[in-house]
Amino acid sequence: MDHLHRDLAPLSEAAWEVLEEEARCRLSAHLAARRVIDFAGPHGWSYSATDLGRIGRIPGPSEGVSAAQRRVMPLVELRAEFRVSRVDVDDVDRGASNPDLAELDEAARQIAVAENTSVFHGYEDAGILGITESTSHRPIELGSDGDQYPTAVARATDAIRGAGIDGPYGLVISPEIYTGIVETAEHGGHLLFDHLRQILGGPLVWAPGVEGGIVLSLRGGDFLFESGEDLSLGYLDHDADVVRLYIEESFSFRVVEPDAAVSLRRST
Amino acid sequence: MASEGLHEAAEALDASTIDHHRAVTSLCEELEAVDWYDQRVKATDDASLADILAHNRDEEKEHAAMTLEWIRRRDPALDRHLRTYLFTSEPITELETEVMDPSSESTGVAVAGGSGSLGIGSLRGRT
Repeated sequence: MDHLHRDLAPLSEAAWEVLEEEARCRLSAHLAARRVIDFAGPHGWSYSATDLGRIGRIPGPSEGVSAAQRRVMPLVELRAEFRVSRVDVDDVDRGASNPDLAELDEAARQIAVAENTSVFHGYEDAGILGITESTSHRPIELGSDGDQYPTAVARATDAIRGAGIDGPYGLVISPEIYTGIVETAEHGGHLLFDHLRQILGGPLVWAPGVEGGIVLSLRGGDFLFESGEDLSLGYLDHDADVVRLYIEESFSFRVVEPDAAVSLRRST
Repeated sequence: MASEGLHEAAEALDASTIDHHRAVTSLCEELEAVDWYDQRVKATDDASLADILAHNRDEEKEHAAMTLEWIRRRDPALDRHLRTYLFTSEPITELETEVMDPSSESTGVAVAGGSGSLGIGSLRGRT
């Protein structure tokens, strides 16, 4: 038995499969950071820290002896709990294909947003500095009108390219800006979405949890996400009516090259 | 064309299925190359040629491992099986018995739950 305690859950193999498929589907839709950053691992639940390859000097233990301590970044564990009705999951074994998994869907959204936010805007209590906090470039005003977006995105890609960092580039944006872009046609009927893709040479990514937007290089090696345990389903407890489960992961994130991203600020 | 080896019309398949096919085909090719190099190493009487061929053979093993890892990260069922069987020392068939529910051994039903990982991994290239 492992720390997820799945064998203790009153759930059949078929029920687990339904839950996993639903979780996978919802998570994949909401996870934005993994579409644009480097993902290493998973290294397993027992993996505790990322080696930063650096040292910090500390006083020596005795005369004539110097000392240094290795620096590591501890992984953070995220968990989002949810409940499923025992009647609903038992119905799966009877052939039902539409159990009520609203709480699972919400938990998947919550943990995906938490991952996105940690990567793009940081998570101070976990010691994670996000991309918008780390960038060496000044933020660029996105403008309040879609017609201004191509100029802002072009200025952002120019800034990154000017720092000697190649493309392709990607644009990670809040859901409301994304929707605005998809719905907008420029003068001449060209889709704004296609125009921005042309400037970037890479994708536009719908990113719940992101404020404004971020243009970043996709060349690789600049933004490192290290996974201990990748997103997993575990068992908490149950009573006669419901089973309490959770989605869990452990990871660290660090920005290696602060010049490789530019933050886009939404004008109000 | 992605590959001559597709068994279904390419139009009926999504991009991730075709990428998976590319990876599986590459893995087969790498392992086949390992086998071919290995036979040549054993067959040649020239020791220096055997050294080169053995070096090349072992590089193909690295390629195979990299491709297998790419597939594992996207295939939760394969991930579960690899976690069961790889890097173990017990007799392999005994490992299979261990992961089966003793009460359902004869029907071959695995214990509910699996590894727990959803096998999502990197989503680079997916928009």
